[in-house]
Amino acid sequence: MFDLEGYAPIIIAGIKNTLMVGLSAMCLAIIFGLIGAWAKTASNLFVRSFANVYTTVVRGVPELILLLLFYYGFPQLVQDLAESFGYELLVDINPFLAGTLTIGFIYGAFCTEVFRGAFASIPPGQAESAKALGMSGPLMYRRILLPQVMHFALPGLGNVWLVLIKATALISIIQLDEIMRMAKIAANATREPFTAYFLASLLFLAITVVSMVGQYYLEKKWSRAGAH
Amino acid sequence: MDFNMLMGYAPRLLDGLWVTLGITGLSVLIGLILAVPIALMRLSPYKILQWPSYFFVFYFRGTPLLVQLFLVYYGSGQFRVELTELGLWGYFREAYFCAVFTLTLNTCAYTSEILRGAIQSVPKGEIEAGRACGMSGALLYRRIILPSALRTAWPAYGNEVIFLMQASSLVSIITLLDLTGVARRIISETFAVYEVYLLIAAAYLVITYLLVFLFKRVEAHLQRHVQSVS
Repeated sequence: MFDLEGYAPIIIAGIKNTLMVGLSAMCLAIIFGLIGAWAKTASNLFVRSFANVYTTVVRGVPELILLLLFYYGFPQLVQDLAESFGYELLVDINPFLAGTLTIGFIYGAFCTEVFRGAFASIPPGQAESAKALGMSGPLMYRRILLPQVMHFALPGLGNVWLVLIKATALISIIQLDEIMRMAKIAANATREPFTAYFLASLLFLAITVVSMVGQYYLEKKWSRAGAH
Repeated sequence: MDFNMLMGYAPRLLDGLWVTLGITGLSVLIGLILAVPIALMRLSPYKILQWPSYFFVFYFRGTPLLVQLFLVYYGSGQFRVELTELGLWGYFREAYFCAVFTLTLNTCAYTSEILRGAIQSVPKGEIEAGRACGMSGALLYRRIILPSALRTAWPAYGNEVIFLMQASSLVSIITLLDLTGVARRIISETFAVYEVYLLIAAAYLVITYLLVFLFKRVEAHLQRHVQSVS
């Protein structure tokens, strides 16, 4: 069924780039999310409003617009600024980097909410006793809060991952060779667009299924670690 | 940074806004109507009804909307002869039809899951009370179960509508001139890349939070029977 004149393996090979962008973006999103969750509960008003603007704006604008803004708009802005200072500059962003940064930035906003909820679920006594034992802020985060937060955050992070991996299909429009772009190439070459895109959709479905199974086992493992 | 220049493009951007709202509105409406039977199929005791609904929802929630859009818009070309024989090719040739078709199926899958959860969470007592009053089947659903499920489902449904409105920006990739499509067209004429994208981003932001406000207002209206009297 998926013969595609020998193009099928090329589409399947696109999984590698899809997963690489997805995993790098997820790591970035978790970092953004932890910073965001910390910022949202910070005592400094400026830091707090900054985090609120971040989550509000990112969740109110389509991913496609943010991606185009970053990939096409940002280099242009830098070039125009350089020109106004009398410099000639040519900025070119690598599609992998642009895709990873944009998707990481967007899903960082969703991770922020996940982590904020998770931090709120930790009994306040935990932080208090850490302070009573003389732990400093960073040490308390590393030893006491983060290990417990992961337990509460894991279901939410799993959901973010499932949405994030589907969003990577967007990066095909900035010419990164992931599943979607390889399917497009195969569709044009073989004149069998339905077969090519259907294969692509099945690959995404496979990633989703494997992720859901992985999430199930991870949650079992972490919830055992979280049990007292 | 010439934002004044953009004012000249306001009429075209407004046209794009109508396309965005039109596609979103149509898909949401048809999607909701189709989601009710799909959710009921999923909840039916018969496997033969459960399975098609399960696979439909699983496929449309497990794959990217962009793939679904390409599958319908470009993929239909592979079945041109068959579709022409059925007299459907005229529809699938149109990007607008393909966009509404795909977005409808997509939102229908998500909405049916929201509805299924909400129907399952209708308190048993309400259903028993309905039965005790002599209601059965369709009447019970229409008068008791669906209204109660709607109230539970409303916040999640609001998120889904907002998600779909934002996701409709993808239709610009299949040549439609929605808000994003118009923006890309204007950029190719003026090279004002970030000015136009920032403006469009602001427009989506405003629409999103208008929808949030609207759904909150309706939610307050739906929940008015549980508000405290004071």
